[in-house]
Amino acid sequence: MNTTYKQLPPKPVDMKKKIIHWASTILTIALIIWSCIGIDFSGIKATAAQIAGAIFSGILHPDWSYVYNGSGEDLVSQLWQTICIAFLGTFISAIISLPFAFWAANTRHKKWYASRSGKIVLAIIRSFPEIILALMFIKAVGPGSAAGVLALGFHSVGMLAKLFSEAIENLEDGPNEAVTSVGGSKTNIIMFSIMPNLMPALISNTLYRFDVSIRSASILGLVGAGGIGYPLIISLQYRQWNRVGIILLGIIVMVVIIDWISGQIRKRLV
Amino acid sequence: MSKTEQDLMSLPKKKFKFMNLAWIVILVAGLFVSINVTNTHLSELFANFGQFTEIFVQMSHPDWSYSSTVIPLLLETIKMAVLGTLFGSIVAFVYSLLIARNIVKNKAVTGTLRVIMNIIRTIPDLLLGAIFVAIVGIGPVAGILALSVFTFGVVVKLFYEAIETIDPGPIEALIAVGANKLQIIHFAVLPQIMTYFISYVLYAFEINVRASTVLGYLGAGGIGLYLQQTLQVFDYAKTGTIIIVIIVVVVIIDYISSKSREALMR
Repeated sequence: MNTTYKQLPPKPVDMKKKIIHWASTILTIALIIWSCIGIDFSGIKATAAQIAGAIFSGILHPDWSYVYNGSGEDLVSQLWQTICIAFLGTFISAIISLPFAFWAANTRHKKWYASRSGKIVLAIIRSFPEIILALMFIKAVGPGSAAGVLALGFHSVGMLAKLFSEAIENLEDGPNEAVTSVGGSKTNIIMFSIMPNLMPALISNTLYRFDVSIRSASILGLVGAGGIGYPLIISLQYRQWNRVGIILLGIIVMVVIIDWISGQIRKRLV
Repeated sequence: MSKTEQDLMSLPKKKFKFMNLAWIVILVAGLFVSINVTNTHLSELFANFGQFTEIFVQMSHPDWSYSSTVIPLLLETIKMAVLGTLFGSIVAFVYSLLIARNIVKNKAVTGTLRVIMNIIRTIPDLLLGAIFVAIVGIGPVAGILALSVFTFGVVVKLFYEAIETIDPGPIEALIAVGANKLQIIHFAVLPQIMTYFISYVLYAFEINVRASTVLGYLGAGGIGLYLQQTLQVFDYAKTGTIIIVIIVVVVIIDYISSKSREALMR
C-alpha cells in the first residue's frame, strides 16, 4: 500500500516558556531530593504494623459501651461539647470578622494602605498557630472548653474576615447609588443596599467556616482545650484501641452529618 | 403633610417571613445552649486578661539568640511538608483518575472509592498526627505520613472535580480512533488538567507548611517540638521567637505559592 503522510508543520517553540518550564522542574526535583536527605526513615517502630492493625480492629470492634453512659464523659456528650465549641467559636469570630472585613476590603473609596494593612494583619492572624492560641487561653481561663471557644473565635477571624472582605469587594456600586439618588442616608445605604446583598455571602462563608471549626474543635482537646480530642489522646496513650475506634467513628459521623447539613443550607442560599 | 404623602415617605414594608424568625430562634437557642455546655464566660476572660496580655508581652520580646537553635528543625518542618505533599499528591493523582465518572464508567467502583475518600477527608490533620505518632513512634516519619494522608484528602477532591469538568471532545476523538484507556488519559485528559493539578498541589503545600509547624507538638517531628518544650517551662520569649519564625516562613511560602499559582493559571 502506498500512503503518503502529510507532514505536519512543526510546533512553534516558545524558548522563554521552555526555559521556565525546565527550570521549575529541576527546582522541584532538587527540592524533593533535598527533603529526602536527613529525614531518618529508619525511626519507625518495629511494632508499627501491629499497632496499625490494632487500631483497625478497634474501628471494626468499637467499644459500644462508651457511646452513652450518662456520666458526661461519654462519646455523645463529648461530641456535643465539640459541636458547641465550634458553634460558639464561629459565632464570636463572625462578629469580630465584620469590622476587620470592612477594614481589609479593597474598595474604590479607600486609600490603598488602609486595605493593605488590614490584609497583612489578617495574614498574621491566619498564620498564628491555633494550638498556641489555645494554650495561651488555657493560661488565661484555665483548661476546658472555654479556652477552645476563645481560641477558635480568634483564630477563625483570619480566614473568615478574608472571605468576608472578598465578598465586600465583589459588591456592586449600583444599588448604593440607587439608594443615594432617591435621597437615602448612609444608614439607609447600609440597611437597604449593602446588608441585603452581602447577607447570603456572609452566611455561606460562616457556615463553611463552621465546617472547618468542627474539625479544629475536635483536635483542640489534644492540648486540653475541651472537646473530643482529650479522651482520644488519653485512650491512644493507654492503648485502648477499641475506645480509639469508637471515638474516630464518632468524629467521622459527626463531621459527615455537619458537612451535609451545612452543604444543604448553602445550596439553598445560592 | 397629607396622609398619602406620608405613606409615600415611609419606607416600604418588608414581607414577614416565618423561616427567618425560625432561623433566628434556632441561632439564639444554639447560642444559649453552647454557652452553657462550654461554660464560657467572657467576664472570666476579662478578669484574667492581664495574664493573657502578660504572655503576649513576653512573646513580643523574642529571644533572638534562640533562632540559631530553631533553624535546623524549621528546615526539617519544610522537608516534612515537601515529602508529605509529594507522597499524598502522587496517590491522589491516581486515585482521582479512578473516581472520575467520565473516565471510569463503572458506578459501583467510583461509588465505593468515593465513600472511602470522603471518610479519609473528614479526619483533621492533627488527629492524623496523633494517630501516626501512636503507630510509627515519635519522629518526622509520623508527620510525613499524617501530612500525606491529609494532602491526599485535599488534592483528591479538587482534582477529581476538575477532571469531571474537562471537555469530552478529545476523549471521544481518541475513542473513535481506537485508543486504549491509558492512551486516552495521556493524550486527552492530562493535557487539559495538568495545570490544575500543579496548582492544587501547591495549595496543599501551603496548608501542609502551616500544619507541619504544629505537628511537632504531638511528637510528629519538626519545629513544634520546641514549641512544646518552651511552653512547658513558661519560656515565652523563646516561644515568641519560634512563632515569629513560623509566621515569617508561612507568609513567605504562601506568597511564593500563590504567585506561582497565578502564573500557572494565566
